[in-house]
Amino acid sequence: MKIAFSTSGDNLDAPLYPRFGRTPKFLMYDLESKTFELVDNTQNLNAAQGAGIQAAQTVSRAGAGAVVTGHCGPKAFRVLAEADIEVYNTEAATVAEALTLYQTGKLVRAEASDVEGHWA
Amino acid sequence: MSKEIVIISGKGGTGKTSVTASFAVLTEQAVIADCDVDAADLHLLLSPKVMQRNDFKSGYEAIIREADCTGCGACMAHCRFDAVFPTGEKDSAEKLSPACKSSCHLGTDAATDVNRPRKYQIDLIACEGCGVCAQVCPVKAIDMQECVCGEWMLSETRCGPMVHARLGIAAENSGKLVSVVRSEARRAAKEGGKNLIIVDGPPGIGCPVIASLSGADLAVIVTEPSTAGEHDFERVLALTKHFNLPTAICINKWDINPTLTERIEARARTAGAEVAGRIRYDAAVTAAQLQAKAVVETTAAAGADIREIWKFVMSMQMGTGSPLPILNR
Amino acid sequence: MIITVASGKGGTGKTTLAVNLAAVMENPVVLLDCDVEEPNAQLFLNGASNQEEDLVHLLIPEVDATHCTGCGECAQFCRYGAIAVPRATAIVFPELCHGCGGCKLVCPSGAICEVERRIGKIETFTRNGIILHEGRLDIGVAMAPPLIRALKTRIRKDYTVIIDAPPGTSCPVIAALRGSDFAVLVTEPTPFGLHDLKLAVEAVRELELPFGVVVNRMGIGDERVHTFCQEEKIPILAEIPDDRNIAEAYSRGALLSEALPEYRPIFSNLLKRILQNGTFGKAEDSEKP
Repeated sequence: MKIAFSTSGDNLDAPLYPRFGRTPKFLMYDLESKTFELVDNTQNLNAAQGAGIQAAQTVSRAGAGAVVTGHCGPKAFRVLAEADIEVYNTEAATVAEALTLYQTGKLVRAEASDVEGHWA
Repeated sequence: MSKEIVIISGKGGTGKTSVTASFAVLTEQAVIADCDVDAADLHLLLSPKVMQRNDFKSGYEAIIREADCTGCGACMAHCRFDAVFPTGEKDSAEKLSPACKSSCHLGTDAATDVNRPRKYQIDLIACEGCGVCAQVCPVKAIDMQECVCGEWMLSETRCGPMVHARLGIAAENSGKLVSVVRSEARRAAKEGGKNLIIVDGPPGIGCPVIASLSGADLAVIVTEPSTAGEHDFERVLALTKHFNLPTAICINKWDINPTLTERIEARARTAGAEVAGRIRYDAAVTAAQLQAKAVVETTAAAGADIREIWKFVMSMQMGTGSPLPILNR
Repeated sequence: MIITVASGKGGTGKTTLAVNLAAVMENPVVLLDCDVEEPNAQLFLNGASNQEEDLVHLLIPEVDATHCTGCGECAQFCRYGAIAVPRATAIVFPELCHGCGGCKLVCPSGAICEVERRIGKIETFTRNGIILHEGRLDIGVAMAPPLIRALKTRIRKDYTVIIDAPPGTSCPVIAALRGSDFAVLVTEPTPFGLHDLKLAVEAVRELELPFGVVVNRMGIGDERVHTFCQEEKIPILAEIPDDRNIAEAYSRGALLSEALPEYRPIFSNLLKRILQNGTFGKAEDSEKP
């Protein structure tokens, strides 16, 4: 399974970006092959609205089975839920840290969006 | 993370910006954000020195390349926003003056050819940039261009950093510009180590107001004791409740109608909002504005009222966190 | 003739002016309250009877999951991000949709049809020859322009129409101002008033509308608004003094021209000047697309 981490950098030591919709990139980590690839999200950074929706669509189409991020708004959450993608919120500082937390089962699957939507 | 206090009013002209400027002066820990991007007035009181200007790009607009337009009219038929209009009408030749016809270098026939195809143009003020016209144009004569529809500024004021903006006339997406101002204010707060953001919100209850409230920690509603003020207050209160936002209210010019003041305050309490205080009717508020000062920077009696309100607001629980320490000068 | 009352700044007396202009009209008049986020005109027409209520809808897409192939064409087309196709089928976000119809147009499998989404309502009131159509946006809806456009279909050619516009200069204001014959810009003689007046002037000039200024609360500020109008050759059509009696009458929701009849001539003279100015302006501005 692939996990999408929101990040502003391009490797495992890069910071975990706190906002799902407006993250510059996603690091797609493949649990089986232990490799990763980067998916660009910059066209969404300046989206008038609905950035979270588009980001959710992007990770879904990139084949993610789970998303690990800081916060995820309600619209993005709905799209991810529709695509059966699990969402995990964490305040981990880096992607590697968040990945360790995930692999050791320390992250709790989010039941709902944890922040308000509407252009936040 | 810094806390965000948004000052809104529903109705315009209730003294929202005067209250915001006073709050800004009363704290030294804040970044100030003017989210009333449609009619930004806070700079008139805080005299910001602009350090950085940035274009605000948002949305698209359709442009028809006249040379390629065959005049089929598909764009006009599909536009839901009445933004396409015909030019070079078939009867336009008849409107030409005799002098024009006789001097036409193509000859009279060309000038009076009533069968030449019509062309179409986009009314950019009405265009919402959806792209349907470009999609349906059979000869691909329509381009979608990104528009620059305003600018935002990062400035220094006597009360700390300020982020403000100017929206182009007739521009859309003031909600998005509000979001840009807020996120830049958050960035400035993080970089400057400020723990508070004071936001001057837009009037109304629509898109820009929603954009200024979402994810904030506290809303302060400034209203006035009038039938219209009460009506708009009800609607804006419904909006802050819709967002589950802790809300405080204060009534400006309360002594114009004490009965109505009490009614609005009672209504606020029933709805779970806090009553932060009252500001008396005071001509010195306008006098302060004429001198480009915040009310609390003058000896105006209304200034004392605003200080009390500020103390109250600072003692409130905000969002999920704890109350802020009082940071009065 | 369509007269639109607007102001860059809120709370300058726009609604007061619109309702009182309507009240001093001798012939029946249509008043449109286009300040759909905060419609207030009705509050000043005490005793107006409610004639009818119409709901206003926007056409938004609905996806038939049995026909949707998940190709993503619709999501790629939508410039408002209002439709997403994460996997097998498209999801619509009505609150972001502008109702352009593009998704339906590009869908290769005919899986999208359009359904109505309520955005607000139009209520009609009548009182002493005033027909008021009030637009009221639903709470939490961010789409004022379509409601304003729906409201403007109530314009009747054979009536004088007075429009109470929303404050500011952005899309809803422009939607209200478009197609007017004359704009009245209300301001007050303060730095805020002047700054916002300049924006409003820019907007009406962009729309090429003839216009004039009304200064409310004369006496509270300074001369800067007058100097600006003089320099820009903008006619000041009327001045309303700052009077605590007016503020109190307003606070009760009273109609000024009735509660304080001494002010009635201000509005009737203003109306005369607008009708003169309007015809004059129209003659000069005949070639608008």
